[in-house]
Amino acid sequence: MLTHLPTLSRRDAVKAAAWALAAAAIAPRLAFADEKAVAAEIKKLYGDKPMASGKIKLDVPEIAENGLVVPINIEIESPMTEADYVKAVHVFAEGNPQPGVVSYQFTPACGKASAATRMRLAQTQDIICVAEMSNGTLHTAKANIKVTIGGCGG
Amino acid sequence: MISRREFLQATAAAAALTAGSGLGPLGRAAAQQKLSQADILRFQPQGQITILHVADIHAQLMPLQFREPAVNLGVGEVKGLPPHLTDAAFREHFKIAAGSADAFALTSDDFVSLARNYGRMGGLDRIATLVKAIRAERGDDKVLLLDGGDTWQGSWSSLQTKGQDMVDVMSALKLDAMTSHWEFTLGAERVKEIVEKASFAFLAQNIRDKEWNEPVFPPRKVFEKGGVKVAVIGQALPRTAVANPRWMFPEWEFGIREDELQKQVEEARAEGAAIVVLLSHDGFDVDRKLASRVKGIDVILTAHTHDAMPGLIRVGDTVLVASGSHGKFVSRLDIAVKDGKVADIRFKLMPVFADAIAPDSEMATLVTKLRAPYAADLAREIGRTDSLLYRRGNFNGSFDDLICDAMLTQRDAEIALSPGFRWGGSLLPGEPITWEAITNATAITYPNCYRMEMTGAQLKEILEDVADNIFHPDPYFQGGGDMVRIGGMGYAIDVGKPMGSRISGLTHLKSGKPIDASRKYVVAGWASVNEGTQGPPIWDVVRDHVAATRTITIKPNDAVKVSGA
Amino acid sequence: MTTKPTPRVRVPSKATAGEMIEIKTLISHEMESGQRKDAKGETIPRQIINKFSASFNGKPVFAADWFPAISANPYQSFFFKATESGEFTFTWKDDNGSEYVSKNKLTVG
Repeated sequence: MLTHLPTLSRRDAVKAAAWALAAAAIAPRLAFADEKAVAAEIKKLYGDKPMASGKIKLDVPEIAENGLVVPINIEIESPMTEADYVKAVHVFAEGNPQPGVVSYQFTPACGKASAATRMRLAQTQDIICVAEMSNGTLHTAKANIKVTIGGCGG
Repeated sequence: MISRREFLQATAAAAALTAGSGLGPLGRAAAQQKLSQADILRFQPQGQITILHVADIHAQLMPLQFREPAVNLGVGEVKGLPPHLTDAAFREHFKIAAGSADAFALTSDDFVSLARNYGRMGGLDRIATLVKAIRAERGDDKVLLLDGGDTWQGSWSSLQTKGQDMVDVMSALKLDAMTSHWEFTLGAERVKEIVEKASFAFLAQNIRDKEWNEPVFPPRKVFEKGGVKVAVIGQALPRTAVANPRWMFPEWEFGIREDELQKQVEEARAEGAAIVVLLSHDGFDVDRKLASRVKGIDVILTAHTHDAMPGLIRVGDTVLVASGSHGKFVSRLDIAVKDGKVADIRFKLMPVFADAIAPDSEMATLVTKLRAPYAADLAREIGRTDSLLYRRGNFNGSFDDLICDAMLTQRDAEIALSPGFRWGGSLLPGEPITWEAITNATAITYPNCYRMEMTGAQLKEILEDVADNIFHPDPYFQGGGDMVRIGGMGYAIDVGKPMGSRISGLTHLKSGKPIDASRKYVVAGWASVNEGTQGPPIWDVVRDHVAATRTITIKPNDAVKVSGA
Repeated sequence: MTTKPTPRVRVPSKATAGEMIEIKTLISHEMESGQRKDAKGETIPRQIINKFSASFNGKPVFAADWFPAISANPYQSFFFKATESGEFTFTWKDDNGSEYVSKNKLTVG
């Protein structure tokens, strides 16, 4: 009798749970990036240059509705003039198979250093954002996104 | 505010009147404290405008019993704060006498004897009486009626009519605006169809289409009442796409969207709104945090978590209202505006005692007509209960125990999982279990009762994940609701621990053995959010179990050991 | 890929001088991450759009390097400060060497 039952695979771990959706895994839980991998990527780009907080608004949901499509909206405080603008912005995911998510190149013609896209997240994790200003200074920000099966009351 | 009545000692006369009625001591004292319709409506009016608020009616057209929770834990900063108070602590905080009408309506202890004395609560015809009386007193042009959502789901007739019965009664009630959560489980197309024709506004600032990230519903509406502009901003449940089947509304994205909400408030003020109201389905703790971060909201009408409080909660310049569920209460706020700003708010949580309030005949006729096609089915007695059957509580409810027992026996499973829904009526010992009672606890659009294998490790992972949705110390990371109910398995939970380490001591109850992380167990459950879930609808599973058992007896459930609260 | 990737762009056709306009773009594409396995357990090779760029009257405005973590049917929005009339060129570069282009006119006045 039991042999005819559907079995919950490891990959779908929580997916089949009652009322819940899953951490929509984009890969089995094998090798994932981590803090070190992200730090190494940043080091490749900018060496050991100091990074300040502030100026970056990292707008992501607290809880992902679908791990395969997680909106991310970034806005950097800047006048966006020829003399003072945001040159580049890099986004990394600490809990994905590879740390890179997206790298933006802005110009003063943008008028506003703001961009939005959608990303895949394998599990609950921190997202790291690094912004490079035209004068070479760096800023960073971090946000945690929960990928969950949920549970419903109300 | 109600609830100031002093507790009256039972007099000899009162005791004599109720002798032999089977009432406990509190019930006897209560007999003389019943409220009249005039008591319920008594209010010193003030200001230019009256706002009436209902929420989480869950399609309950008729009066019912609904027992409030005995366990409703708050975590993090809200530990021990209202609404996370129950029974004696709740009564002490809100100065409510034990055994009083308010105690019956708002707390859970001595529920059975108080219920026999005070009778049922709610019913759309009774709500209509209150609403009409207040409109007559204040004038139609001064009254705004708002619904916090979870209105179109929760009964057999609403399921059969795809929410139309509730749309019809809310239209007849001359509803001004609503927001939403469970409504979305009718599917995006059906919701849009209703909204296009509706006589009321359907507001949600926090829903975007996934393609172009544009608003799906109007975010707000400005009403002019009593010469004052009131902006009502809608906020649907931010976690709808996590808590319910996303495939039913695949093009929509939710979220709290604080920044966009702040913009809505600013735009509303710029349009001359003297009062800004957030008609919210966030849940109380989310709204309490939101009130400290989004500036310029005068009133948040909360919903989702089903809390009922006979007092306002103030956060900065914002007040929060919690109007309960299932039609048990209507909140009234009279607001005085001076120099274009809110000067004073007077509030009352009106308990809808069905025996005290004369039904509104027009609404009663409409309700009877809407229920007529299902009346015979609904009244069908399937069995009886010897035990009080209720749902609310963080970890278990006896009605959920019944549903789990039904899945274990009817689906031949070792372990049963039932979602921690907070809706569904209560049944008193000795009452029949009708088709209506079963479907009031199960009527959803994804009812299939699955049967599958899960390992012990997977079961723990599920419990950890759901627990984090309820006990995460930051309310923005909570999803609302209560713990998943479990049949056939016990566990211990330390609610104060972080995710991954709250749950321990998983035990297979029948054998008394610890759950083996690597062994596969046969699990039955319902309300899966996955598309294409196979199995009979849960109401048939429960019906078959009740019919086979005849008389249901639920033993006290001690399978969940709670610590860290 | 079963169908040819089709770009779609939402950009206003008119703007006033100095106006900040939002540009929204979408392109249908699987964005195969190179991390999935097929039914036989073999890794499905990576094929994503790795670069999106926008220029106006031939001058670069904005660019994005996309990694496999970008969702299928990738969406990208950004801003542009309108100063003169002209034409946008939006370009998507595929791992397989293909380029998909959309051109959109803007009148400033």
